[in-house]
Amino acid sequence: MSTSAEITTTDAPAPAKKKGKAPLSEGARAERRLGWLLCAPAVIVMIAVTAYPVGYAIYLSLERYNLELPQAVKFIGLSNYGAVLSSPYWWQALKVTAIITVFSVAISLVLGMLLALLMHRTLFGRGTVRTAALIPYGIVTVAAAYGWQYAWTPGQGYLSALFNSNAPLTTEYKAIAVIILAEIWKTTPFMGLLLLAGLSLVSEDLQKAARVDGATAWQRFTKITLPLMKPAILVALLFRTLDSFRIFDNIYILTGGTNNTGSVSILGYDNLFNALNLGIGSTISILIFICVAIIAFVFIRLFGTAAPGADIGKR
Amino acid sequence: MAAVTTTPRQKVGWTTANFVVIALALIPVLWLASLSFKTPAAILDPSLWPHNWTWGNYTQILNTSQFIQPLINSIGIGLISTLIAVVFASMAAYAVARLRFPGKQVLIGMSLLIAMFPAIALVTPMFNIERSLGLFNTWPGLIIPYVAFGLPLGIYTLSAFFREIPWELEKAAKMDGATPFQAFMKVIAPLAAPGMVTTAILVFMFCWNEFLFAISFTSTTASRTAPASIAYFSGSSQFSVPTGPISAAAVVITIPIIIFVVFFQRRIVAGLTSGAVKG
Repeated sequence: MSTSAEITTTDAPAPAKKKGKAPLSEGARAERRLGWLLCAPAVIVMIAVTAYPVGYAIYLSLERYNLELPQAVKFIGLSNYGAVLSSPYWWQALKVTAIITVFSVAISLVLGMLLALLMHRTLFGRGTVRTAALIPYGIVTVAAAYGWQYAWTPGQGYLSALFNSNAPLTTEYKAIAVIILAEIWKTTPFMGLLLLAGLSLVSEDLQKAARVDGATAWQRFTKITLPLMKPAILVALLFRTLDSFRIFDNIYILTGGTNNTGSVSILGYDNLFNALNLGIGSTISILIFICVAIIAFVFIRLFGTAAPGADIGKR
Repeated sequence: MAAVTTTPRQKVGWTTANFVVIALALIPVLWLASLSFKTPAAILDPSLWPHNWTWGNYTQILNTSQFIQPLINSIGIGLISTLIAVVFASMAAYAVARLRFPGKQVLIGMSLLIAMFPAIALVTPMFNIERSLGLFNTWPGLIIPYVAFGLPLGIYTLSAFFREIPWELEKAAKMDGATPFQAFMKVIAPLAAPGMVTTAILVFMFCWNEFLFAISFTSTTASRTAPASIAYFSGSSQFSVPTGPISAAAVVITIPIIIFVVFFQRRIVAGLTSGAVKG
Protein backbone atom coordinates (compact mmCIF):
# COMPACT_ATOMS: atom_id res chain seq x y z
CA MET A 1 0.00 0.00 0.00
CA SER A 2 2.60 2.49 1.07
CA THR A 3 5.13 3.89 -1.33
CA SER A 4 7.92 2.64 0.88
CA ALA A 5 7.18 -0.78 -0.54
CA GLU A 6 9.87 -0.32 -3.15
CA ILE A 7 13.49 -0.14 -2.26
CA THR A 8 15.34 2.68 -3.83
CA THR A 9 17.95 1.22 -6.10
CA THR A 10 20.52 3.89 -5.46
CA ASP A 11 22.84 2.80 -2.75
CA ALA A 12 25.11 5.80 -2.75
CA PRO A 13 25.66 6.58 0.91
CA ALA A 14 26.62 10.20 0.57
CA PRO A 15 24.37 12.85 -0.94
CA ALA A 16 24.45 11.54 -4.48
CA LYS A 17 25.05 14.12 -7.11
CA LYS A 18 22.28 13.85 -9.62
CA LYS A 19 24.70 13.60 -12.49
CA GLY A 20 23.45 11.58 -15.42
CA LYS A 21 19.98 11.19 -13.99
CA ALA A 22 16.71 12.62 -15.05
CA PRO A 23 16.22 15.84 -13.14
CA LEU A 24 14.08 15.25 -10.10
CA SER A 25 10.81 17.00 -9.63
CA GLU A 26 10.67 19.67 -6.97
CA GLY A 27 8.64 17.39 -4.71
CA ALA A 28 10.99 14.45 -5.06
CA ARG A 29 13.95 16.66 -4.32
CA ALA A 30 12.26 18.06 -1.22
CA GLU A 31 11.46 14.51 -0.10
CA ARG A 32 15.06 13.51 -0.56
CA ARG A 33 16.32 16.49 1.39
CA LEU A 34 13.84 15.84 4.19
CA GLY A 35 14.87 12.19 4.28
CA TRP A 36 18.52 13.04 4.73
CA LEU A 37 17.71 15.79 7.18
CA LEU A 38 15.64 13.46 9.36
CA CYS A 39 18.30 10.75 9.33
CA ALA A 40 21.23 13.09 9.90
CA PRO A 41 21.18 13.26 13.73
CA ALA A 42 20.92 9.49 14.11
CA VAL A 43 23.63 8.88 11.52
CA ILE A 44 25.98 11.42 13.08
CA VAL A 45 25.65 9.93 16.57
CA MET A 46 26.03 6.36 15.34
CA ILE A 47 29.13 7.19 13.30
CA ALA A 48 30.66 9.27 16.07
CA VAL A 49 30.28 6.46 18.58
CA THR A 50 31.13 3.45 16.42
CA ALA A 51 32.86 4.09 13.11
CA TYR A 52 35.22 6.72 14.46
CA PRO A 53 36.33 4.75 17.56
CA VAL A 54 36.82 1.62 15.47
CA GLY A 55 39.07 3.54 13.11
CA TYR A 56 40.90 4.93 16.12
CA ALA A 57 41.21 1.44 17.61
CA ILE A 58 42.84 0.22 14.40
CA TYR A 59 45.35 3.02 14.72
CA LEU A 60 45.96 2.35 18.43
CA SER A 61 46.41 -1.36 17.75
CA LEU A 62 49.46 -0.54 15.65
CA GLU A 63 51.16 1.28 18.51
CA ARG A 64 52.99 0.28 21.63
CA TYR A 65 50.88 2.27 24.06
CA ASN A 66 50.90 1.59 27.77
CA LEU A 67 49.21 4.19 29.97
CA GLU A 68 51.89 3.68 32.60
CA LEU A 69 54.61 4.55 30.08
CA PRO A 70 53.10 7.45 28.12
CA GLN A 71 56.51 8.60 26.84
CA ALA A 72 57.20 5.21 25.27
CA VAL A 73 54.36 5.37 22.73
CA LYS A 74 55.70 4.08 19.46
CA PHE A 75 54.42 2.82 16.13
CA ILE A 76 55.18 -0.90 15.97
CA GLY A 77 53.14 -2.15 13.02
CA LEU A 78 51.45 -5.50 13.47
CA SER A 79 53.52 -6.64 16.47
CA ASN A 80 50.53 -6.35 18.82
CA TYR A 81 48.56 -8.74 16.63
CA GLY A 82 51.47 -11.17 16.73
CA ALA A 83 51.62 -10.83 20.51
CA VAL A 84 47.89 -11.44 21.02
CA LEU A 85 47.55 -14.26 18.49
CA SER A 86 50.51 -16.11 19.96
CA SER A 87 49.27 -15.67 23.51
CA PRO A 88 47.56 -18.62 25.19
CA TYR A 89 45.26 -16.15 27.02
CA TRP A 90 43.61 -15.09 23.78
CA TRP A 91 42.96 -18.66 22.64
CA GLN A 92 41.72 -19.69 26.07
CA ALA A 93 39.31 -16.72 26.13
CA LEU A 94 38.18 -17.49 22.59
CA LYS A 95 37.59 -21.13 23.53
CA VAL A 96 35.55 -20.17 26.61
CA THR A 97 33.53 -17.66 24.58
CA ALA A 98 32.87 -20.24 21.87
CA ILE A 99 31.79 -22.89 24.40
CA ILE A 100 29.44 -20.47 26.15
CA THR A 101 28.04 -19.22 22.84
CA VAL A 102 27.41 -22.65 21.34
CA PHE A 103 25.82 -24.19 24.43
CA SER A 104 23.78 -21.22 25.56
CA VAL A 105 22.44 -20.49 22.08
CA ALA A 106 21.66 -24.12 21.29
CA ILE A 107 19.93 -24.82 24.60
CA SER A 108 18.03 -21.54 24.63
CA LEU A 109 16.88 -22.24 21.07
CA VAL A 110 15.33 -25.55 22.13
CA LEU A 111 13.87 -24.15 25.35
CA GLY A 112 12.77 -21.00 23.54
CA MET A 113 10.92 -23.12 21.00
CA LEU A 114 9.15 -25.00 23.80
CA LEU A 115 8.30 -21.69 25.46
CA ALA A 116 6.99 -20.29 22.17
CA LEU A 117 4.82 -23.37 21.62
CA LEU A 118 3.52 -23.07 25.15
CA MET A 119 2.74 -19.35 24.81
CA HIS A 120 1.09 -20.03 21.44
CA ARG A 121 -1.05 -22.96 22.46
CA THR A 122 -1.95 -22.22 26.02
CA LEU A 123 -5.58 -21.27 26.45
CA PHE A 124 -5.54 -19.30 29.66
CA GLY A 125 -3.02 -17.51 31.76
CA ARG A 126 -1.42 -16.34 28.52
CA GLY A 127 -0.68 -12.85 29.85
CA THR A 128 0.70 -14.22 33.11
CA VAL A 129 3.15 -16.52 31.36
CA ARG A 130 4.36 -13.72 29.10
CA THR A 131 4.75 -11.31 32.00
CA ALA A 132 6.66 -13.90 33.99
CA ALA A 133 8.86 -14.70 31.00
CA LEU A 134 9.66 -11.04 30.45
CA ILE A 135 11.14 -10.70 33.93
CA PRO A 136 14.33 -12.65 33.16
CA TYR A 137 14.58 -10.75 29.90
CA GLY A 138 14.20 -7.36 31.58
CA ILE A 139 16.06 -7.88 34.83
CA VAL A 140 19.42 -6.18 35.13
CA THR A 141 21.97 -8.86 34.25
CA VAL A 142 24.22 -7.83 37.12
CA ALA A 143 21.38 -8.20 39.64
CA ALA A 144 20.49 -11.65 38.35
CA ALA A 145 24.15 -12.65 38.27
CA TYR A 146 24.51 -11.91 42.00
CA GLY A 147 21.46 -14.06 42.60
CA TRP A 148 23.11 -16.95 40.77
CA GLN A 149 26.41 -16.41 42.52
CA TYR A 150 24.82 -16.59 45.98
CA ALA A 151 22.61 -19.47 44.94
CA TRP A 152 25.69 -21.55 44.16
CA THR A 153 27.72 -20.49 47.20
CA PRO A 154 28.13 -23.55 49.45
CA GLY A 155 26.34 -23.29 52.78
CA GLN A 156 24.42 -20.28 51.63
CA GLY A 157 22.63 -20.90 48.38
CA TYR A 158 19.51 -22.91 47.67
CA LEU A 159 20.94 -24.44 44.48
CA SER A 160 24.13 -25.40 46.21
CA ALA A 161 22.09 -27.04 48.97
CA LEU A 162 19.77 -28.70 46.47
CA PHE A 163 22.50 -30.19 44.31
CA ASN A 164 24.88 -30.71 47.20
CA SER A 165 27.57 -29.12 45.09
CA ASN A 166 31.03 -28.06 46.03
CA ALA A 167 31.69 -24.41 45.14
CA PRO A 168 31.10 -24.84 41.38
CA LEU A 169 32.27 -21.30 40.69
CA THR A 170 35.84 -22.16 41.61
CA THR A 171 36.47 -24.85 38.99
CA GLU A 172 36.73 -24.09 35.31
CA TYR A 173 34.07 -26.24 33.68
CA LYS A 174 31.55 -26.12 36.50
CA ALA A 175 31.88 -22.34 36.56
CA ILE A 176 31.34 -22.22 32.80
CA ALA A 177 28.26 -24.41 33.25
CA VAL A 178 26.89 -21.97 35.84
CA ILE A 179 27.60 -19.05 33.49
CA ILE A 180 25.81 -20.88 30.67
CA LEU A 181 22.86 -21.55 32.97
CA ALA A 182 22.64 -17.86 33.89
CA GLU A 183 22.77 -16.93 30.20
CA ILE A 184 20.07 -19.43 29.28
CA TRP A 185 17.77 -18.21 32.02
CA LYS A 186 18.22 -14.64 30.87
CA THR A 187 17.93 -15.11 27.11
CA THR A 188 15.40 -17.91 26.60
CA PRO A 189 12.41 -15.55 26.98
CA PHE A 190 13.70 -13.31 24.18
CA MET A 191 14.28 -16.35 21.99
CA GLY A 192 10.79 -17.57 22.88
CA LEU A 193 9.16 -14.27 21.96
CA LEU A 194 10.96 -14.02 18.62
CA LEU A 195 9.96 -17.60 17.82
CA LEU A 196 6.41 -16.95 18.99
CA ALA A 197 6.12 -14.14 16.45
CA GLY A 198 7.35 -16.57 13.79
CA LEU A 199 4.95 -19.23 15.04
CA SER A 200 1.97 -16.92 14.69
CA LEU A 201 2.71 -16.69 10.96
CA VAL A 202 2.26 -20.44 10.52
CA SER A 203 -1.23 -20.90 9.16
CA GLU A 204 -3.67 -22.75 11.36
CA ASP A 205 -5.48 -24.13 8.29
CA LEU A 206 -2.37 -25.89 7.09
CA GLN A 207 -2.04 -27.54 10.49
CA LYS A 208 -5.67 -28.63 10.40
CA ALA A 209 -5.33 -30.02 6.89
CA ALA A 210 -2.29 -32.03 7.95
CA ARG A 211 -4.16 -33.29 10.99
CA VAL A 212 -7.05 -34.44 8.80
CA ASP A 213 -4.52 -36.24 6.60
CA GLY A 214 -3.39 -38.12 9.67
CA ALA A 215 -0.09 -36.40 10.47
CA THR A 216 1.07 -36.80 14.04
CA ALA A 217 1.85 -33.77 16.17
CA TRP A 218 5.57 -34.40 15.73
CA GLN A 219 5.21 -34.71 11.95
CA ARG A 220 3.21 -31.50 11.82
CA PHE A 221 5.90 -29.76 13.85
CA THR A 222 8.85 -30.94 11.75
CA LYS A 223 7.19 -30.88 8.33
CA ILE A 224 5.09 -27.73 8.57
CA THR A 225 5.94 -25.54 11.54
CA LEU A 226 9.72 -25.74 11.44
CA PRO A 227 10.19 -25.07 7.69
CA LEU A 228 7.76 -22.15 7.79
CA MET A 229 9.53 -20.74 10.83
CA LYS A 230 12.99 -20.98 9.29
CA PRO A 231 13.38 -17.22 8.74
CA ALA A 232 12.31 -16.44 12.31
CA ILE A 233 14.64 -19.10 13.70
CA LEU A 234 17.59 -17.79 11.71
CA VAL A 235 17.02 -14.22 12.80
CA ALA A 236 16.77 -15.31 16.43
CA LEU A 237 19.90 -17.45 16.08
CA LEU A 238 21.95 -14.70 14.48
CA PHE A 239 20.92 -12.15 17.09
CA ARG A 240 21.53 -14.50 19.98
CA THR A 241 24.87 -15.79 18.68
CA LEU A 242 26.33 -12.33 18.26
CA ASP A 243 24.85 -11.24 21.56
CA SER A 244 26.26 -14.25 23.35
CA PHE A 245 29.68 -13.80 21.78
CA ARG A 246 30.06 -10.47 23.57
CA ILE A 247 29.16 -11.94 27.00
CA PHE A 248 30.61 -9.84 29.78
CA ASP A 249 28.26 -8.99 32.68
CA ASN A 250 27.52 -12.52 33.89
CA ILE A 251 31.16 -13.59 33.86
CA TYR A 252 32.35 -10.37 35.48
CA ILE A 253 30.05 -10.91 38.45
CA LEU A 254 30.07 -14.71 38.68
CA THR A 255 33.80 -15.42 38.42
CA GLY A 256 35.53 -12.22 37.33
CA GLY A 257 37.24 -14.38 34.72
CA THR A 258 39.22 -16.37 37.28
CA ASN A 259 40.01 -20.07 36.80
CA ASN A 260 40.17 -19.68 33.03
CA THR A 261 36.55 -18.60 32.69
CA GLY A 262 37.16 -15.23 31.04
CA SER A 263 35.54 -14.46 27.69
CA VAL A 264 37.19 -12.36 24.99
CA SER A 265 35.30 -9.33 26.32
CA ILE A 266 36.69 -9.94 29.81
CA LEU A 267 40.18 -10.25 28.33
CA GLY A 268 39.83 -6.94 26.49
CA TYR A 269 38.55 -5.25 29.63
CA ASP A 270 41.39 -6.62 31.77
CA ASN A 271 44.01 -5.50 29.28
CA LEU A 272 42.69 -1.98 29.39
CA PHE A 273 41.90 -1.49 33.06
CA ASN A 274 44.29 -3.84 34.81
CA ALA A 275 47.25 -3.89 32.44
CA LEU A 276 46.49 -0.33 31.21
CA ASN A 277 47.68 -1.40 27.80
CA LEU A 278 45.83 0.57 25.14
CA GLY A 279 47.75 -0.99 22.27
CA ILE A 280 47.02 -4.60 23.21
CA GLY A 281 43.49 -3.69 24.35
CA SER A 282 42.76 -2.15 20.95
CA THR A 283 44.23 -5.16 19.19
CA ILE A 284 41.86 -7.43 21.13
CA SER A 285 38.99 -5.07 20.25
CA ILE A 286 39.77 -5.33 16.55
CA LEU A 287 40.14 -9.11 16.70
CA ILE A 288 36.74 -9.42 18.42
CA PHE A 289 35.27 -7.16 15.78
CA ILE A 290 36.70 -9.42 13.07
CA CYS A 291 35.28 -12.53 14.81
CA VAL A 292 31.82 -10.95 14.93
CA ALA A 293 32.07 -9.97 11.27
CA ILE A 294 33.02 -13.56 10.37
CA ILE A 295 30.10 -15.01 12.35
CA ALA A 296 27.65 -12.60 10.70
CA PHE A 297 29.13 -13.31 7.27
CA VAL A 298 28.91 -17.08 7.74
CA PHE A 299 25.29 -16.83 8.88
CA ILE A 300 24.30 -14.68 5.94
CA ARG A 301 26.25 -16.85 3.48
CA LEU A 302 24.84 -20.11 4.81
CA PHE A 303 21.29 -18.93 5.04
CA GLY A 304 21.07 -16.53 2.15
CA THR A 305 18.94 -13.48 2.46
CA ALA A 306 17.11 -14.64 5.54
CA ALA A 307 19.28 -12.31 7.57
CA PRO A 308 17.43 -9.56 9.37
CA GLY A 309 17.28 -6.30 7.51
CA ALA A 310 17.43 -8.02 4.15
CA ASP A 311 13.77 -7.18 4.01
CA ILE A 312 13.20 -4.33 6.39
CA GLY A 313 13.08 -1.76 3.62
CA LYS A 314 10.47 -3.66 1.70
CA ARG A 315 7.61 -4.16 4.06
CA MET B 1 -7.37 -17.92 19.65
CA ALA B 2 -5.92 -21.26 18.80
CA ALA B 3 -9.17 -23.01 18.03
CA VAL B 4 -7.88 -26.47 18.74
CA THR B 5 -10.01 -28.84 20.74
CA THR B 6 -8.39 -29.71 24.01
CA THR B 7 -8.99 -32.76 26.10
CA PRO B 8 -9.05 -32.33 29.87
CA ARG B 9 -5.78 -34.21 30.14
CA GLN B 10 -4.11 -31.83 27.69
CA LYS B 11 -5.50 -28.93 29.65
CA VAL B 12 -3.82 -30.23 32.79
CA GLY B 13 -0.60 -30.66 30.82
CA TRP B 14 -0.58 -27.11 29.51
CA THR B 15 -1.47 -25.72 32.92
CA THR B 16 1.36 -27.62 34.56
CA ALA B 17 3.74 -26.38 31.89
CA ASN B 18 2.56 -22.83 32.54
CA PHE B 19 3.30 -23.17 36.22
CA VAL B 20 6.73 -24.65 35.53
CA VAL B 21 7.62 -21.71 33.29
CA ILE B 22 6.38 -19.17 35.80
CA ALA B 23 8.30 -20.88 38.62
CA LEU B 24 11.53 -21.08 36.60
CA ALA B 25 11.25 -17.42 35.67
CA LEU B 26 10.48 -16.18 39.16
CA ILE B 27 12.39 -18.35 41.63
CA PRO B 28 15.81 -16.76 40.99
CA VAL B 29 14.24 -13.33 41.52
CA LEU B 30 12.41 -14.41 44.66
CA TRP B 31 15.65 -15.90 45.98
CA LEU B 32 17.33 -12.53 45.57
CA ALA B 33 14.42 -10.83 47.31
CA SER B 34 14.55 -13.33 50.17
CA LEU B 35 18.30 -12.77 50.62
CA SER B 36 17.71 -9.04 50.81
CA PHE B 37 15.35 -9.50 53.79
CA LYS B 38 17.63 -11.84 55.73
CA THR B 39 19.60 -10.67 58.72
CA PRO B 40 23.39 -10.90 58.38
CA ALA B 41 23.36 -13.92 60.67
CA ALA B 42 20.73 -15.69 58.57
CA ILE B 43 22.47 -15.08 55.23
CA LEU B 44 24.18 -18.43 55.64
CA ASP B 45 20.84 -20.21 55.70
CA PRO B 46 20.01 -21.53 52.23
CA SER B 47 16.25 -21.53 52.77
CA LEU B 48 14.16 -19.64 50.23
CA TRP B 49 12.04 -18.05 52.95
CA PRO B 50 13.71 -15.76 55.53
CA HIS B 51 12.87 -16.74 59.12
CA ASN B 52 13.55 -13.32 60.61
CA TRP B 53 12.59 -10.49 58.32
CA THR B 54 14.61 -7.31 58.38
CA TRP B 55 14.65 -4.06 56.45
CA GLY B 56 18.21 -3.53 57.64
CA ASN B 57 19.85 -4.16 54.28
CA TYR B 58 17.58 -1.61 52.62
CA THR B 59 18.08 1.09 55.23
CA GLN B 60 21.82 0.46 55.00
CA ILE B 61 22.05 1.03 51.22
CA LEU B 62 19.49 3.82 51.11
CA ASN B 63 21.40 5.78 53.73
CA THR B 64 24.68 5.97 51.84
CA SER B 65 25.49 8.09 48.83
CA GLN B 66 27.32 4.98 47.57
CA PHE B 67 24.01 3.77 46.24
CA ILE B 68 21.66 6.77 46.20
CA GLN B 69 23.84 8.86 43.90
CA PRO B 70 24.32 6.01 41.39
CA LEU B 71 20.57 5.45 41.49
CA ILE B 72 20.02 9.11 40.59
CA ASN B 73 22.67 8.78 37.86
CA SER B 74 20.94 5.70 36.46
CA ILE B 75 17.57 7.44 36.33
CA GLY B 76 18.97 10.68 34.90
CA ILE B 77 21.25 9.10 32.33
CA GLY B 78 18.54 6.60 31.37
CA LEU B 79 15.85 9.25 30.88
CA ILE B 80 18.04 11.68 28.93
CA SER B 81 19.47 8.95 26.70
CA THR B 82 15.99 7.56 26.08
CA LEU B 83 14.57 10.96 25.19
CA ILE B 84 17.34 11.78 22.72
CA ALA B 85 17.36 8.31 21.20
CA VAL B 86 13.59 8.23 20.73
CA VAL B 87 13.49 11.69 19.12
CA PHE B 88 16.36 10.92 16.71
CA ALA B 89 15.06 7.41 16.01
CA SER B 90 11.55 8.71 15.30
CA MET B 91 12.90 11.12 12.73
CA ALA B 92 14.99 8.47 11.03
CA ALA B 93 12.26 5.82 11.25
CA TYR B 94 9.76 8.19 9.67
CA ALA B 95 12.15 8.75 6.80
CA VAL B 96 12.72 5.00 6.45
CA ALA B 97 9.04 4.16 6.56
CA ARG B 98 7.73 7.00 4.45
CA LEU B 99 10.21 8.80 2.27
CA ARG B 100 12.06 7.83 -0.84
CA PHE B 101 15.69 8.84 -0.69
CA PRO B 102 19.01 7.30 -1.66
CA GLY B 103 21.03 5.90 1.23
CA LYS B 104 18.09 4.34 3.04
CA GLN B 105 19.55 0.84 2.79
CA VAL B 106 22.85 2.15 4.10
CA LEU B 107 21.11 3.56 7.16
CA ILE B 108 19.32 0.27 7.82
CA GLY B 109 22.52 -1.70 7.33
CA MET B 110 24.40 0.59 9.66
CA SER B 111 21.73 0.27 12.38
CA LEU B 112 21.89 -3.50 12.17
CA LEU B 113 25.64 -3.47 12.33
CA ILE B 114 25.54 -1.39 15.49
CA ALA B 115 22.80 -3.50 17.06
CA MET B 116 25.15 -6.47 16.82
CA PHE B 117 28.31 -4.57 17.57
CA PRO B 118 30.61 -6.05 20.24
CA ALA B 119 30.56 -3.26 22.79
CA ILE B 120 33.98 -4.23 24.15
CA ALA B 121 35.51 -3.28 20.79
CA LEU B 122 34.52 0.31 21.54
CA VAL B 123 35.61 0.40 25.14
CA THR B 124 39.35 0.85 24.63
CA PRO B 125 39.21 3.58 21.97
CA MET B 126 36.23 5.34 23.57
CA PHE B 127 38.01 5.33 26.93
CA ASN B 128 40.92 7.23 25.39
CA ILE B 129 38.66 9.58 23.40
CA GLU B 130 36.55 10.37 26.46
CA ARG B 131 39.65 11.06 28.54
CA SER B 132 40.99 13.54 26.01
CA LEU B 133 37.61 15.25 25.55
CA GLY B 134 36.97 15.48 29.29
CA LEU B 135 33.89 13.26 28.99
CA PHE B 136 35.31 10.50 31.17
CA ASN B 137 33.32 10.05 34.38
CA THR B 138 30.55 12.46 33.32
CA TRP B 139 26.89 11.92 32.45
CA PRO B 140 27.40 12.80 28.75
CA GLY B 141 30.21 10.24 28.68
CA LEU B 142 27.57 7.54 29.16
CA ILE B 143 24.64 9.27 27.47
CA ILE B 144 26.40 9.50 24.10
CA PRO B 145 27.16 5.76 23.75
CA TYR B 146 23.73 4.87 25.17
CA VAL B 147 22.03 7.02 22.54
CA ALA B 148 24.15 5.40 19.83
CA PHE B 149 23.20 1.90 20.96
CA GLY B 150 19.57 2.85 21.63
CA LEU B 151 19.17 4.25 18.12
CA PRO B 152 19.26 0.98 16.13
CA LEU B 153 16.70 -0.55 18.49
CA GLY B 154 14.58 2.59 18.14
CA ILE B 155 14.85 2.89 14.37
CA TYR B 156 14.02 -0.79 13.97
CA THR B 157 11.02 -0.79 16.29
CA LEU B 158 9.63 2.56 15.22
CA SER B 159 9.86 1.99 11.49
CA ALA B 160 7.79 -1.16 12.03
CA PHE B 161 5.22 0.84 13.98
CA PHE B 162 5.21 3.71 11.51
CA ARG B 163 4.23 1.40 8.69
CA GLU B 164 0.95 0.68 10.45
CA ILE B 165 -0.13 4.32 10.66
CA PRO B 166 -2.95 5.51 8.37
CA TRP B 167 -0.95 7.78 6.13
CA GLU B 168 -3.95 9.22 4.28
CA LEU B 169 -4.21 11.65 7.17
CA GLU B 170 -0.80 12.97 6.33
CA LYS B 171 -1.83 13.52 2.74
CA ALA B 172 -4.90 15.36 3.94
CA ALA B 173 -2.75 17.59 6.11
CA LYS B 174 -0.45 18.29 3.19
CA MET B 175 -3.43 19.12 1.01
CA ASP B 176 -4.52 21.60 3.64
CA GLY B 177 -1.20 23.32 3.13
CA ALA B 178 1.02 21.73 5.77
CA THR B 179 4.68 21.24 4.89
CA PRO B 180 6.05 17.68 5.19
CA PHE B 181 7.66 18.70 8.46
CA GLN B 182 4.40 20.07 9.84
CA ALA B 183 2.61 16.96 8.68
CA PHE B 184 5.15 14.95 10.65
CA MET B 185 4.95 16.99 13.84
CA LYS B 186 1.22 17.74 13.96
CA VAL B 187 -0.42 14.68 12.45
CA ILE B 188 1.88 11.72 12.54
CA ALA B 189 3.73 12.22 15.80
CA PRO B 190 0.55 12.01 17.93
CA LEU B 191 -0.56 8.90 16.06
CA ALA B 192 2.86 7.41 16.52
CA ALA B 193 2.84 8.03 20.27
CA PRO B 194 2.05 4.42 21.30
CA GLY B 195 4.96 3.10 19.25
CA MET B 196 7.17 5.77 20.71
CA VAL B 197 6.20 4.83 24.26
CA THR B 198 7.05 1.20 23.53
CA THR B 199 10.37 2.21 22.04
CA ALA B 200 11.11 4.46 24.99
CA ILE B 201 10.50 1.58 27.40
CA LEU B 202 12.82 -0.73 25.47
CA VAL B 203 15.57 1.89 25.21
CA PHE B 204 15.26 2.81 28.88
CA MET B 205 15.49 -0.85 29.87
CA PHE B 206 18.65 -1.15 27.78
CA CYS B 207 20.23 1.88 29.48
CA TRP B 208 19.12 0.68 32.91
CA ASN B 209 20.69 -2.71 32.28
CA GLU B 210 23.95 -1.61 30.66
CA PHE B 211 27.06 -2.55 32.61
CA LEU B 212 30.24 -2.64 30.49
CA PHE B 213 30.26 1.05 29.53
CA ALA B 214 29.06 1.96 32.99
CA ILE B 215 32.10 0.45 34.70
CA SER B 216 34.52 1.47 31.93
CA PHE B 217 33.71 5.16 31.49
CA THR B 218 33.17 6.08 35.14
CA SER B 219 35.48 6.20 38.11
CA THR B 220 33.42 7.66 40.95
CA THR B 221 29.80 7.88 42.06
CA ALA B 222 29.61 11.20 40.16
CA SER B 223 28.46 9.29 37.11
CA ARG B 224 28.57 5.60 38.01
CA THR B 225 25.19 3.97 37.43
CA ALA B 226 23.44 1.67 39.88
CA PRO B 227 24.44 -1.71 38.37
CA ALA B 228 28.08 -0.59 38.25
CA SER B 229 27.96 0.74 41.80
CA ILE B 230 26.77 -2.61 43.16
CA ALA B 231 29.92 -4.22 41.83
CA TYR B 232 31.89 -1.78 43.98
CA PHE B 233 30.03 -2.39 47.25
CA SER B 234 32.40 -3.34 50.00
CA GLY B 235 31.75 -5.14 53.24
CA SER B 236 32.46 -3.84 56.72
CA SER B 237 35.74 -5.71 56.62
CA GLN B 238 37.85 -6.98 53.79
CA PHE B 239 36.65 -10.51 54.42
CA SER B 240 32.94 -9.97 54.78
CA VAL B 241 31.00 -10.14 51.55
CA PRO B 242 28.14 -7.63 51.66
CA THR B 243 25.61 -10.19 50.46
CA GLY B 244 22.61 -8.56 52.14
CA PRO B 245 23.19 -5.01 50.86
CA ILE B 246 24.06 -6.27 47.37
CA SER B 247 20.86 -8.30 47.26
CA ALA B 248 18.83 -5.33 48.48
CA ALA B 249 20.39 -3.07 45.84
CA ALA B 250 19.75 -5.71 43.17
CA VAL B 251 16.11 -5.84 44.24
CA VAL B 252 15.82 -2.04 44.15
CA ILE B 253 17.06 -1.87 40.55
CA THR B 254 14.78 -4.77 39.61
CA ILE B 255 11.63 -2.99 40.83
CA PRO B 256 11.32 -0.59 37.84
CA ILE B 257 11.77 -3.53 35.47
CA ILE B 258 8.98 -5.46 37.19
CA ILE B 259 6.71 -2.39 37.01
CA PHE B 260 7.42 -2.00 33.28
CA VAL B 261 6.89 -5.68 32.60
CA VAL B 262 3.65 -5.92 34.56
CA PHE B 263 2.07 -2.78 33.12
CA PHE B 264 3.44 -2.83 29.60
CA GLN B 265 3.74 -6.55 28.88
CA ARG B 266 1.78 -6.32 25.62
CA ARG B 267 3.72 -3.31 24.41
CA ILE B 268 7.10 -4.83 25.22
CA VAL B 269 6.23 -8.06 23.44
CA ALA B 270 4.93 -6.13 20.42
CA GLY B 271 8.01 -3.93 20.37
CA LEU B 272 10.50 -6.76 20.69
CA THR B 273 8.93 -8.79 17.93
CA SER B 274 7.78 -6.05 15.54
CA GLY B 275 11.09 -5.33 13.93
CA ALA B 276 12.66 -8.71 13.83
CA VAL B 277 10.38 -11.30 12.38
CA LYS B 278 7.54 -10.13 10.21
CA GLY B 279 9.54 -10.34 7.00
